Amino acid sequence: MTLQAFQSAGTDSLPTEAPSPGLDGPRVDLEVIASFVPQGARVLDVGCGTGELLERLQAEKGVDGRGVEIAQRNVNLCVARGLSVIQGDADSDLVFYPDKAFDAVIMSQTLQATRRPKPVLEDLLRIGERVIVSIPNFGHWRVRLSLLLRGRMPVTRDLPYSWYDTPNIHFCTIRDFVALCDEVGARVERAVALDASGSRIGWSMPWWFWNVFGQQAVFVLRQ
Amino acid sequence: MTVAALARKSLTEVDEPSSPSLRFGPDKPLKLEAGVDLSPFQIAYQTYGELNAQKSNAILVCHALTGDQHVANRHPVTGKPGWWEILIGPGRIIDTARFFVVCANVVGGCMGSTGPASANPATGKPFGLDLPVITVRDMVRAQAMLIDHFGIDQLFCVIGGSMGGMQVLEWAASHGRRVFSALPIATGARHSSQNIAFHEVGRQAVMADPDWCGGRYIEAGRRPEKGLAVARMAAHITYLSEPALHRKFGRSLQDREKLTFGFDADFQIESYLRHQGMSFVDRFDANSYLYMTRAMDYFDLAAEHEGRLAEAFSGTKTRFCVVSFTSDWLFPTAGNREIVHALNAAGASVSFVEIETDRGHDAFLLDEPEMFRAIDGFLRSAARARGLSA
Repeated sequence: MTLQAFQSAGTDSLPTEAPSPGLDGPRVDLEVIASFVPQGARVLDVGCGTGELLERLQAEKGVDGRGVEIAQRNVNLCVARGLSVIQGDADSDLVFYPDKAFDAVIMSQTLQATRRPKPVLEDLLRIGERVIVSIPNFGHWRVRLSLLLRGRMPVTRDLPYSWYDTPNIHFCTIRDFVALCDEVGARVERAVALDASGSRIGWSMPWWFWNVFGQQAVFVLRQ
Repeated sequence: MTVAALARKSLTEVDEPSSPSLRFGPDKPLKLEAGVDLSPFQIAYQTYGELNAQKSNAILVCHALTGDQHVANRHPVTGKPGWWEILIGPGRIIDTARFFVVCANVVGGCMGSTGPASANPATGKPFGLDLPVITVRDMVRAQAMLIDHFGIDQLFCVIGGSMGGMQVLEWAASHGRRVFSALPIATGARHSSQNIAFHEVGRQAVMADPDWCGGRYIEAGRRPEKGLAVARMAAHITYLSEPALHRKFGRSLQDREKLTFGFDADFQIESYLRHQGMSFVDRFDANSYLYMTRAMDYFDLAAEHEGRLAEAFSGTKTRFCVVSFTSDWLFPTAGNREIVHALNAAGASVSFVEIETDRGHDAFLLDEPEMFRAIDGFLRSAARARGLSA
């Protein structure tokens, strides 16, 4: 392609984004995550995809945002959008960040796709004053029902991958995640469960209720 | 122009360049890392576009090993277009209607900045190897004196590939406050052992040529063309990649039906390399090649921090965008990623893109749309942050 062709081609010629882990469909968790980010914060988005959340946080919250993304195609899209993003792997590259370098470190729908979620979570807690994590809930009734009735690994509308090609290699339930937080000494400052329609499930509901009816959950953690 | 005429032309560019040049007298010596002062000395440069009233729209372009200041204009010796015209010019990504672009020949070069072919004021004869060894830090220090001359306190961006990228890193490390944004491309924070090895092959080829005359070939009226051509041939291979060579040439024969069972250039790749070698010697000074390669070999940003690269950038406010290419085996992605990790550790704002291409190290000079998109996006967001209007 000549430079002229590139310049006139506009967005049609932009490379397409790479598939992302986590839940398919509109990312309602991003709304909740954004609401937890303070104005003007220094933010690191680990697994930032094509930069949707970062762009939004910069526009709405005036954050100083950085991103890490594993898929090179997505990184190039982010940088072309003017975002400060590097190609990197949460499993291996978080060690290069200094302690408490960010006010908020975000990991949305990505922890379940890492090889070693526990050390990754520990690194996130070390790097950020606060850590905001969203996870798909493998304890959701739809998943339970599918496994119970069909006896096969669940492939649902929102988790469309088969067991052999899923990027989500470390699924957990909301209760599993809370247990992991305990284990790494993280304090859960806030937690929100979202049902299949993306609405928040009431605070007053017990964990077991969240664990059955929450399709995903967003946590704010501190060391 | 004949080859001899080209060679004469390139020699006149040394002391009387067609570019504007700035001469620093005895009051402004260049303090070299080698421990001596270079004085007087000269820098030849090109500028494009206008410096705005706030002097906030200047972009410094740093050239690579065998490049020069003619980044976006016809080359005075070869008549070829500028080496980065695809990126820099009116309406281009580095739009000279918006930015004031400066590119200077590095000290040690042969296109008008003081180098080994320049006249040594002490003797009136070319320096030859009497010129102290020049380092990347020296090159950048000289550029900073040029930028002072323009009254520019802070450059909006410093950009360059390969040895140019080393200068970008050196600018950010040693003059960080003066660099708003930095775009090091296909480079490294230090020259690898393998790269030093290739450079040594090149230097030995030059010095083995009887016409090199111990570095005094200009006075002897000779030129170590064969040695320099061989050096260029070997280096040129390192700028490409195996798949690209295969795609372009394969085992195709040059103007013949079958092998000749001799040592003529049977294969297209041989003929291509010979051409690359011979056209290089028309425009480049052999001693300059020794100095440039040495400068790259000596480059190691982390050396004075006991190997901790992050410390070279500690406290930096500069915004970085590091670019590498998948098929570049001279400055592979891993080395570029080391820079990124160091910048992360220093808490810097950094973007990093790796461009997929089979064109090897030379890709940074070529039409790589994804590289252009990254540079464009990075510069736009930096311009917004700097308060430069679109």
